Amino acid sequence: MLKQIEGSRAVAEAVALCRPEVICAYPISPQTHIVEALGEIVSSGRLAPCEFVNVESEFAAMSVAIGASAAGARAYTATASQGLLYMAEALFNASGLGLPIVMTVANRAIGAPINIWNDHTDTMSQRDCGWIQLFAENNQEALDLHVIAFRLAEELSLPVMVCMDGFILTHAYERVDVPDQAQVDAYLPPFNPRQILDPAEPVSIGAMVGPEAFMEVRYLAHAKQSQALSLIPRWAGAFRQAFGREAGGLARSYRTEEAETIVVALGSVLGTLKDTVDELRESGGRIGVLGVSCFRPWPFAAVREALAGAQRVVVVEKGMAVGVGGIVSNNVRTAISTRPIPVYDVVAGLGGRPITKASLAAVLQRAMTDDLELTTFLDLDRALVEKVLRKEREVRRSGPIAEQVLKLKG
Amino acid sequence: MTFQPVKFYQTGTFTVGNRLLPAETRSVQANMRRTNSLNSGHRACQGCGEALGARYAIDAAMHATENRLIAANATGCLEVFSTPYPETSWQIPWIHSLFGNAAAVATGIAAALKVKGRSDVRVIAQGGDGGTTDIGFACLSGMFERNDDVLYICYDNEAYMNTGVQRSSATPPAARTATTTLGNSFNQGKNLPWIAMAHGIPYVATATIAELRDLEAKVERAMHVRGARYLHIFVSCPLGWGHPADQSIRIARLAKETGLFPVFEAEHGEVTSVSKIRKKLPVTDYLKPQRRFAHLFSPEVRTDLIARIQEGADRNVRKFGLIEN
Ligand SMILES: Cc1ncc(C[n+]2csc(CCOP(=O)(O)OP(=O)(O)O)c2C)c(N)n1
Ligand code: SF4
Ligand SMILES: [Mg+2]
Repeated sequence: MLKQIEGSRAVAEAVALCRPEVICAYPISPQTHIVEALGEIVSSGRLAPCEFVNVESEFAAMSVAIGASAAGARAYTATASQGLLYMAEALFNASGLGLPIVMTVANRAIGAPINIWNDHTDTMSQRDCGWIQLFAENNQEALDLHVIAFRLAEELSLPVMVCMDGFILTHAYERVDVPDQAQVDAYLPPFNPRQILDPAEPVSIGAMVGPEAFMEVRYLAHAKQSQALSLIPRWAGAFRQAFGREAGGLARSYRTEEAETIVVALGSVLGTLKDTVDELRESGGRIGVLGVSCFRPWPFAAVREALAGAQRVVVVEKGMAVGVGGIVSNNVRTAISTRPIPVYDVVAGLGGRPITKASLAAVLQRAMTDDLELTTFLDLDRALVEKVLRKEREVRRSGPIAEQVLKLKG
Repeated sequence: MTFQPVKFYQTGTFTVGNRLLPAETRSVQANMRRTNSLNSGHRACQGCGEALGARYAIDAAMHATENRLIAANATGCLEVFSTPYPETSWQIPWIHSLFGNAAAVATGIAAALKVKGRSDVRVIAQGGDGGTTDIGFACLSGMFERNDDVLYICYDNEAYMNTGVQRSSATPPAARTATTTLGNSFNQGKNLPWIAMAHGIPYVATATIAELRDLEAKVERAMHVRGARYLHIFVSCPLGWGHPADQSIRIARLAKETGLFPVFEAEHGEVTSVSKIRKKLPVTDYLKPQRRFAHLFSPEVRTDLIARIQEGADRNVRKFGLIEN
């Protein structure tokens, strides 16, 4: 059914259609509306049976989900930013135990300085925690990815994170097609766990493993997650058949035919990028876009194939490894390591800084003539940071960084 | 006809299988058909009070639930010595997730059982004092506050034993640990049973490994209550405390008989029963046999510190009315 609703509400509707049996809720912006909506759906009786647990922290949220999943219940939670970091230890645990929990992450910056707006620092910081990470381009895809996520998680017995841009998607009212229960039920069979805590058949889960077998256990985690690279396209295909629209998959190309320059990105910025590329194409630029929907596991082959014809790659990313530069760009480099072409990295939109078409067009034009540094910070106020750096060189007790920046900004 | 009630201590021990009792009131441990939930062959130290406490408690819980039990375990000695891959001592469905989340994992299991209509299966969370009073405290308090249907058992050996005897917030004043080499300071302490009671949960109890029947009775009672329950078991640790392995039960009994560890029950925040001290002993009887307190007696006798420890014990006696009138 077509509905004009908030992104968070759309996700809550999708999650409810997946019939989770245990939902853990803890507030953090910009995720809060999702669990609020789910709470409402549960208390209305529309989603039953379902235990909606108000926990005391994100660490507890993930831990309750771990217990519920190990006891054979379909478990869901949502978080963002500081909350994702607060559950970091439990994230590794959930994947290590092979528990198919699904979680929405409403992507948001990480402090200090505290910042509630969107970027990808939170989920990028957890990219190696063993969870599958899927990124939504728009609200329809955010909705659809949850249905796929449960299918995928339970098939592989691995947890899945659905990443959607905080505020930009979570708080945007858009028209979405909400599937009906029968459609979702046909796509997503009831949870049939690989392991379960059951007095009739006692097992010990989470035993200590020493050097004699730990390598093998970790290898299996890698091998298992890598299986998602073949399963994701299959489930995306099945989704297209069942629901009549595209969602998920590993990576999607846009206007890459005969493109010399291909711009790689994740999430909602793809919309702005496609518009920018349309305009550059109009003025004769041979440029296209590759949207990566699955960041973990990293789709080496799909990315390599999609970039096969490019002479240069520009990665626009909302995150950064401090002291290194881009994160996605380094993944892209490993995918095309046999071809010596430049991979430019454009760090953009940190902490909610708007990514405008004008700024994107300017930086892409420079890239198209190979007139760009390998790592650029989009719309960075260079004069301002130079001033701060100078002051720090001159004055030992120069004070809190954030306050200096704000003061100089005026 | 005059009637002389049999007191357990007339047997001279408080051990398993009191032959003076009718069969149906004998301890679970006395029964050959007990479940041995924590089976032999695990790797605990000789005389480990935690291993003993866990076996007593879980067998009793199995008895009370007709073997329908799931346990979540915090990281710590109990977890490490019972499940060295690929072996396990547990005869029950058991999960170890992390050090600080046993209570929350148990909440999740209880929630799953509830949706699945399996309220006959009961849930236990268990951990050491570190996993309970320190790192797992927030999850525990959350579980209490929501009144989730979980029995949480803390095996209190008064330090982080699994990592090599470091101080926890349950370490008593003056005790020497690897991180309090001059003896722990006299802090405010953190009385977890009391904090559990402050949550107003339906059932809180303390017990020691020296009184098996009392421990079993409390587990039994706890399993017949719904909602959040807390059992704090005093378990001696020969390795960490520096006493001979064959003294574990005696040390635990002395903790109670000196008043240092009050044994009681509480319902909805009110103390409902207290195990009286038969013959109050001075704290030195308890302190002397343990190397962690050796610095109180040599090179000089620290009467000042001993007096402060004695004061604490006396305060417990007054607060809980531990002495029979
Ligand atoms: C987050 C985290 N911090 C620290 C540890 C290290 N650690 C493992 S067991 C343990 C001590 C456990 O002490 P306690 O809970 O009292 O149980 P005991 O071993 O004494 O029975 C510690 C500190 C850990 N596993 N995880
Ligand atoms: S160190 Fe203490 S608690 Fe740990 S196994 Fe040995 S005796 Fe038991
Ligand atoms: Mg301990």
